[in-house]
Amino acid sequence: MPFNASRGLKVAAAAGLAFLHLPIVLIFLYAFTTEERSFAFPPPGLTTQWFAVAWARSDIWPPLILSLQVALFSTLIALILGTLISAAMAGAKFWGRESLSLLVVLPIALPGVVTGIALRSAIPILHLDFSWITIVLGHATFCIVIVYNNAVARLRRLSGAILEASADLGANAFQTFRYVLLPNLGTALLAGGMLAFALSFDEVIVTTFTAGTGAASKTLPIWMLDELIRPRQRPVTNVVAIVVFATTFLPILAAYYLTRDTAQAAVAQK
Amino acid sequence: MSPAIFAATTIASRLTGVFWRRPKLLLGLLLAPPLLWLGMIYLGSLAALLVQSFYSFDDFSGLVVPQFTLTTYAKLASPANLSIILRTLLMALAVTLASAIIAFPVAYYAARYARGRWKAVFYLGVMLPLWSSYLVKVYAFKLILAKEGIVTWAASATHTDWLLNAALALPFVGGASLSSSYLGTFIVFCYVWLPYMILPMQAAIERVPLGLLEASSDLGATARQTFWTVTLPLALPGVIAGSIFTFSLTLGDYIIPQIIGTSASFIGMAVYQLQGTAGNVPLAAAFAVIPILIMLVYLTLARKAGAFDAL
Repeated sequence: MPFNASRGLKVAAAAGLAFLHLPIVLIFLYAFTTEERSFAFPPPGLTTQWFAVAWARSDIWPPLILSLQVALFSTLIALILGTLISAAMAGAKFWGRESLSLLVVLPIALPGVVTGIALRSAIPILHLDFSWITIVLGHATFCIVIVYNNAVARLRRLSGAILEASADLGANAFQTFRYVLLPNLGTALLAGGMLAFALSFDEVIVTTFTAGTGAASKTLPIWMLDELIRPRQRPVTNVVAIVVFATTFLPILAAYYLTRDTAQAAVAQK
Repeated sequence: MSPAIFAATTIASRLTGVFWRRPKLLLGLLLAPPLLWLGMIYLGSLAALLVQSFYSFDDFSGLVVPQFTLTTYAKLASPANLSIILRTLLMALAVTLASAIIAFPVAYYAARYARGRWKAVFYLGVMLPLWSSYLVKVYAFKLILAKEGIVTWAASATHTDWLLNAALALPFVGGASLSSSYLGTFIVFCYVWLPYMILPMQAAIERVPLGLLEASSDLGATARQTFWTVTLPLALPGVIAGSIFTFSLTLGDYIIPQIIGTSASFIGMAVYQLQGTAGNVPLAAAFAVIPILIMLVYLTLARKAGAFDAL
């Protein structure tokens, strides 16, 4: 095997990476353009006014706050449920174990439109009104797997002996959970929670099915989708896109550094 | 009965004893909340979806008729609807093939040659686009593919307008501009799902034992022969694992063809539009059953090909 890559391979690999990143750079560039009606390239001029304009736009704040609220609640529910499943799965083998792991993955393995229309057709049957709570129902469901993946990867590396040692030293089940299990799971749960937050904050496909029609259930991604279909001040959309990008980028980066030693298991499983 | 040596005094320690004697009880307590959630909300919804697909929709009253019938599936088999399904399948197939081709060099370099710092660069370089906002990525391509956008500018700056125009003049896939043609939809799909293809591929290539490659070259194979007869067959489960994502995600997406492309419908768009303004939930549900069936078949085949070990 040659120890140096051929020039062709290097170029193709670099081009592949560039293809993944250049489009994002353009989002940043267009936030500074003076042209608000088209996507003319190169931009005719540069300005920083759109950040102030976006700040002053009253239609952006409620969706932003709603999205943060939805992501927060979904993450909390996913953290609790995901940890419980991983604790059960890390322990004894039991009947239906394989089916359960399939059930956990299913909400993100099936196309979002399937999850969306399924919830959409079930919510009226349960006599629920579409609101931010129904959005959380959907988001929490597909966030569980993210927390679960992170927690179960950590638990697999954790030796069962330390739990037995804890019991031998006289700790009861709750003390073992509080003082032994939780500190060991800590960073994995934090990473899983942040990834779940990023996923929920950004989700649009399932959300369009589970959100109501009113302004009160318009999340930031739905606001962005509206702007994509009926553009108004295009650079303002870019400013919001940068905010969305940063809100998802930072937790992802943090999650990567938190679980770097098991990185393959952490961020690798969306 | 004599008192225990360590008397269980608090509720917590008593419970600990109970859990120790009956591990199934603890398991049940751990699993009850998540099972209730996933079972009721998710499986319940899927069941509701399936049931609704056997209802029918009265075009005159605009109401769902909750009686078992196969007429909705008969409507699904109409030529117009079949062409939507066929179009979606072809797009998913094309996107999967193209992503595999673009992803391979990246995955191969990252797995075989990148070391230390570069390994991290490649890893994050694929991971960040994978996780970063879907809508932001789609929006980026609205900027790029617009008629007045950077692609047109770059083509005229490098005097390759003829290439762009030739591509747009292609029958069927071409159009007035990239942002209003199948070609544009295809490019965006490839971009958005590319990381999902790279990661399992890279993992599979990393697992190909170096000893086999050395043995191959010891036995006189050229680098090209080693690649085609050793590396590629062994990395194939990774390619198939990646294709599960690109295929499934393309089947169910309705945002990308809505924003970039012709106005022709895809399965996802049909589902969204039917349940939305029309309120025809039964036909939307029947449409949604199609990707479920296709993915079940696909997953079964992928499992046979050993793709699940590569995930």
